Amino acid sequence: MKRTFLRSAGAALALVLAAVWAFPVYWMVNSSFLTPATISKLEPTWVPFGGTLSNYRAVLADNAFTSALGMSLVVTAICLVLCLVYALLASFAIGRFRFRGRKTFVLAIIVVQMLPAEAMFIAQYKMLAGANLLNSVIGVSVIYLAMVVPFTTWMLRGFVAGIPVDLEEAAMIDGCTRMGAFRRVTFPLLAPGLVASGVFAFLQVWNEFALASIILTESQKATLPLWLRDFAQSSNLGVTEWGEVMAGSVLVAIPVIVFFMIVQGRMAQGLVGGAVKG
Amino acid sequence: MTTTMTAPASSPARVEQPPRRRRRRTRLPHLLLIPAVGTLLIGLGYPVTWQILNSFKEYGLAQQFGQPAEYVGFANYIALFTDGMFWTIALRSVAFMAATAAVTMVIGIAFALLMKVIPTWSRIVLQVAMLLAWAMPIVAQMTVANWLIDDRNGVLNHVLSLIPGVDLIGHDWLIDPLSFFGVALVIITWASVPFVAFSVYAGLTQVSEEVLEAGQLDGASAFQMLRLIIMPIIRPVLVILILLQLIWDLRVFAQIQLLQDFGAAGERYDLLGTYIYGLGIGQGQFGAAAAAAMVVMILTLAVSWGYVRRLLKEDEES
Repeated sequence: MKRTFLRSAGAALALVLAAVWAFPVYWMVNSSFLTPATISKLEPTWVPFGGTLSNYRAVLADNAFTSALGMSLVVTAICLVLCLVYALLASFAIGRFRFRGRKTFVLAIIVVQMLPAEAMFIAQYKMLAGANLLNSVIGVSVIYLAMVVPFTTWMLRGFVAGIPVDLEEAAMIDGCTRMGAFRRVTFPLLAPGLVASGVFAFLQVWNEFALASIILTESQKATLPLWLRDFAQSSNLGVTEWGEVMAGSVLVAIPVIVFFMIVQGRMAQGLVGGAVKG
Repeated sequence: MTTTMTAPASSPARVEQPPRRRRRRTRLPHLLLIPAVGTLLIGLGYPVTWQILNSFKEYGLAQQFGQPAEYVGFANYIALFTDGMFWTIALRSVAFMAATAAVTMVIGIAFALLMKVIPTWSRIVLQVAMLLAWAMPIVAQMTVANWLIDDRNGVLNHVLSLIPGVDLIGHDWLIDPLSFFGVALVIITWASVPFVAFSVYAGLTQVSEEVLEAGQLDGASAFQMLRLIIMPIIRPVLVILILLQLIWDLRVFAQIQLLQDFGAAGERYDLLGTYIYGLGIGQGQFGAAAAAAMVVMILTLAVSWGYVRRLLKEDEES
């Protein structure tokens, strides 16, 4: 009796908390459908009945948005492809071999992931400024690659270690070279790992704000996060067009939320997996 | 989704297979590492070396315009450590980190315990809501937060003003520094609770029913069960989570910068990240900024050392 009561009270509490946690996301979507006239009323509009798509039309017609979308796509594509190739090679090395310098490398890729942008962005800015690579795709990609390769390598290493080495050895006995065995046997088995770590790398690069705000100072070179910041501010002078700004936020957030849902299962287990195992 | 994630250690198929020692020495592993090592050397190795060297050099505006930067020993560090402003901001950062991590952990653990006792359907509703918050990109988080707390049309001020005797219409939450950091704390906590809740919940599912039943039979109260049985079992998870939260809550440059962009800026609203940014990019004092960045780097490594060791051990075991 007491137990059932506790369970229903808990369920009610959970619903309230769920509402609180989802509210900002709901409010973003809700506001994105409201006209400036509705939004500037003192009384908030809770549900976007009779809403409009004009905010989205305005954002999509904005050249700065299209340019930022293009920039984000190019930078993300370059980083994703190179990152997966580099990390795959490296993870194969540390997942399958014991060699001199292995421990140093593993330590390096772990430590590097701990370092915050704050601790390095001044130096990275100076390096790119010296090489004339500020406001360039190459410059930002070089920095982003160094940011995502360590993590991706570490993640793929787990997948490589999970594939029995016997499979490769069997292929080698059947006449494959070492790389051939890897390519024909291990690589196809790694596909899920590549997808998962690729999504992680995508999320990091796509969302990155701190370094981009320092390296990409020209508005034509802005990535989507920078565009959203500028877009929200440009209207700050007089009256902020919150409807349009929220439509912009939705457009920036949607691909992230979709991809995030794909990998969310690994997200919680992965980071503390070893700890749960004890 | 703010952070550099550190990778899953668990592999999909739990086949533990120690890499075998090759009899023949091969150069292959070193060749395979070349691209990754090259990337790290260019993107991180070179800048960090530059930073270490320049933290010992006089490098201000004059040097920007061509004067050679001279070694000045520890002058930058001494200047930094004798600057009251630096200490204020450093302590503020540490306090902010500790407070945010503590609040996040407490709420996250409470959520996980709640998820354990409620019916499945309500747990799923809560999980979906948390996933939405977790997935939001930082810039979108901050933009939406700024709309929620907008002084005139913001829904927060409107709802609070419904309370009799409270009138907050027109109230700007970002002017008073304490209120500014309170807003930052709430947003960062909102975004980080899901990760903690999911991880602790995953840990709780490892606590076997038999152990709990045994505790119940021995007459343990709910609180005793929590403190004496459940907490010790999930302790390893909690330790890792606290470490990660501390690391992540120290690196909040993006959130603070965006909040300053929307609201008020200035040293009163700075944490270490924005302070270094202002020193280096803003004032062109690269020597001093490099020294301050080194302090942050060492602080981060000190906080994260436990986690690094744990991951290294995991690597050796695999």
